[in-house]
Amino acid sequence: MYLLLNENNLCNYYDLDKSPGLKAKGKFLTERYAYLEDEATIRQLIQFQSDEQINVTFSIPQMHCSSCIYLLENLHRIEPGVKQSQVNFQQKEVFIIFNPQETNLRKVVELLAFIGYEPYISLNDTGTKTKSTANRRQIYKIGVAGFCFSNIMMLSFPEYFSAGNIGVAGLKETFSWIIFGLSLPVLFFSASDIFISAGKGLRQRFLNIDTPIALAIIVTFARSYYEIIGGQGAGYLDSGSGIVFFMLIGRWFKNKTYDSFSFDRDYRSYFPLGVTIIENGEEKNIPITQLQKFNRVIIRNEEMIPADAVLMKGKANIDYSFVSGEHASVEKKKGELIYAGGKQIGSAIELEIIREVSQSYITQLWNNDIFVNKKNEDRSFIHPWSRYFTLVLLSVAIATAIYWAVFDHSQLWPAVTAVLIVACPCSLLLSATFTYGNMLRIFGRNKLYLKNASVIESLAKIDSIVFDKTGTITQTNMAVIQYEGLPLSSHEMAVIKTAARQSSHPLSKIIASSDNDMPEKLLTIDQFKEHTGRGLDAVVQGISVKMGSVGFIGSDNEMITPDTGTSVHVVLDNIQVGKFAVQNQYRPGIGEMIGQVKKQGKNLFVLSGDNDAEGSNLTEIFGANTQLHFNQTPQQKLDFIKEQQQKGNQVLMLGDGLNDAGALMQSQVGIAVSDNSAQFSPASDAILDGSRVSQLDRFISFARAGKKIVTASFILSIAYNIVGLSFAVQGLLSPMIAAILMPASSISIVLFVSLYSSFVARNKGL
Amino acid sequence: MSALFVLIGISILVAGGFLAAFLWSVSKGQYDDDYTPSVRILFDDELKKTTTVSNSKTITQTK
Repeated sequence: MYLLLNENNLCNYYDLDKSPGLKAKGKFLTERYAYLEDEATIRQLIQFQSDEQINVTFSIPQMHCSSCIYLLENLHRIEPGVKQSQVNFQQKEVFIIFNPQETNLRKVVELLAFIGYEPYISLNDTGTKTKSTANRRQIYKIGVAGFCFSNIMMLSFPEYFSAGNIGVAGLKETFSWIIFGLSLPVLFFSASDIFISAGKGLRQRFLNIDTPIALAIIVTFARSYYEIIGGQGAGYLDSGSGIVFFMLIGRWFKNKTYDSFSFDRDYRSYFPLGVTIIENGEEKNIPITQLQKFNRVIIRNEEMIPADAVLMKGKANIDYSFVSGEHASVEKKKGELIYAGGKQIGSAIELEIIREVSQSYITQLWNNDIFVNKKNEDRSFIHPWSRYFTLVLLSVAIATAIYWAVFDHSQLWPAVTAVLIVACPCSLLLSATFTYGNMLRIFGRNKLYLKNASVIESLAKIDSIVFDKTGTITQTNMAVIQYEGLPLSSHEMAVIKTAARQSSHPLSKIIASSDNDMPEKLLTIDQFKEHTGRGLDAVVQGISVKMGSVGFIGSDNEMITPDTGTSVHVVLDNIQVGKFAVQNQYRPGIGEMIGQVKKQGKNLFVLSGDNDAEGSNLTEIFGANTQLHFNQTPQQKLDFIKEQQQKGNQVLMLGDGLNDAGALMQSQVGIAVSDNSAQFSPASDAILDGSRVSQLDRFISFARAGKKIVTASFILSIAYNIVGLSFAVQGLLSPMIAAILMPASSISIVLFVSLYSSFVARNKGL
Repeated sequence: MSALFVLIGISILVAGGFLAAFLWSVSKGQYDDDYTPSVRILFDDELKKTTTVSNSKTITQTK
């Protein structure tokens, strides 16, 4: 029950329960969303507008439990202006209808932020609507193909069982014509994507995997129509539509992506949409795109600095965790340069912009070519196969044609078309799509979310691995907490944790979530006040708690050892009892993983933006022969990857911060490591949950096994093809055998690859 | 045997009806979200805030 309370606390029920301490949190938000009153911004965000209602959809990454759904769907009780709110949990979206006469967009967003579900607003991510309609179109196609396929199959049975001699007059013809009619939507609607893709390939003089399939479909349907119109038989439309149906299912399976992830975000998705500037002594909200050099901007608590700037007024305390993954905040003095991407913690500051947003230190990376030219994705090893396959198939067909042209003219067309139909490469395609689809699912179950199936192939080819330090091989959220000082009772610990839980500072969060073998109790808070960037003041069940930096606590007790890392000092009832020392903690299992990866013969590198203080620790983990590079700028990281690639290496990069974004993009496979996969991740090929970094070696070897699985199933399907072809070239293949052989081979291959890949995954411990 | 022709026509009509129903439900967005409705149905429509909060807790517990 306490655990539940705790979870509900995360869900911020206490905001609803009128906890006075948290109301203050709402205050600084008031100016933060001022840009949402700008007409142009509103128009871009909303979906529908009339005098009485506005429809808008927000993405809310914090949504994580059923209580969240409850709270979000009951918004109308808190704010009567909201008429309806509906959650889509898997997309992590909430659809809200509100009455603009009673409330406005800004108030709705503020309400959401206030109850703990700050919407993720970005003008960059407005393509969600088109995505869902494209998805539906695919489902329509599968539905139509499935309907036609099953009905054609049913109507074909009489033909099979009577071996082509149906006794009742007119029945056979009726069946044939109904089948004919049913096959048209399959050919022209369901299979259209295959033809389009094959056509595109041909125009670029490239035989992709769809070319032989398109050819087979055309031949199958053409011959069947010829037979039906000529009154000779029912053709092969059952297997023809079967191919289309299975292939569409295979593609849907493979393309089933992770809806709530976004792999293509650039800095624009993370930066604020609007800023407050001072012009002629007046505050004014402008969209960030209009921000110019020499503008004076006001940055309030928790707001992000949009462009490189110089501090003019106020006390700056900048948290660069968004950029570097490091949680300790940096104090800046007047006149000092502040880089974009940092967050101000504390009171409002005034800055003068010295570089435009796109020219700033962190964002200029995106001007690099790699962000303009997308990686060449379609270089799968299946394509060369499909090219050979098509060539071999065509030469067999031609040889058959020549043979029958010489010996028996009447057999020529039946034999040639039978060759093309029976050798349908769909089993080739099915094996790859189903293998990779199943592997994507297995990776996802292990919290490695790949952008698409081609990443698996790239991952299999990797020979060098580059690690970022902070946040990747060290834990940011789970830093080690060591308490030093007077012994505390479990009740006192609970008091400290309760107080820390109320604060939004990263260090407080670490303390609140730390596991100091004490019972999880939630105590009532009598008073709470946060001194942002410095510490907190609280009264919990009559005990006064004061936590924060040395300066905030005010005294410096001799019994406490000098600070080595970041620490939080604690005062209980005016007695300084001790401190929590926070240290970077390497993720468990990293050492083992490194050993395994080395055994696989990979080159390892570490690139860190920090100084070399951790050098000796890293050498211990990685061994003496691993290159460690410190004080790396984002550009240097990118260049390092490029340099490795020029040596012919296939590079895998693991990183977490925005400063790794360039390197992630440049590398063959960029994996963004995130402790909260719903929240922040730079553009990448894959998103890996932080707790699973230690399984990297298994992921790589599983990806390599994937190629073997596909090859094995290729061999199997080629065996099928050889058997089928050997009958077909002799003109012996009856429609019935062809019709049975084809779905049977497709289904057996789908089963084979699914079971085999699941078996391999279990063997590898995934 | 002519009944067969009628029956085939009917069977295709029935199957077509199901296809139409499927396409309609997809277009109405019934397949867009297959998780949230299963949770939503568990929430009671109560007016008092305090009781609803405790209700939703029991729901989390049973999940």
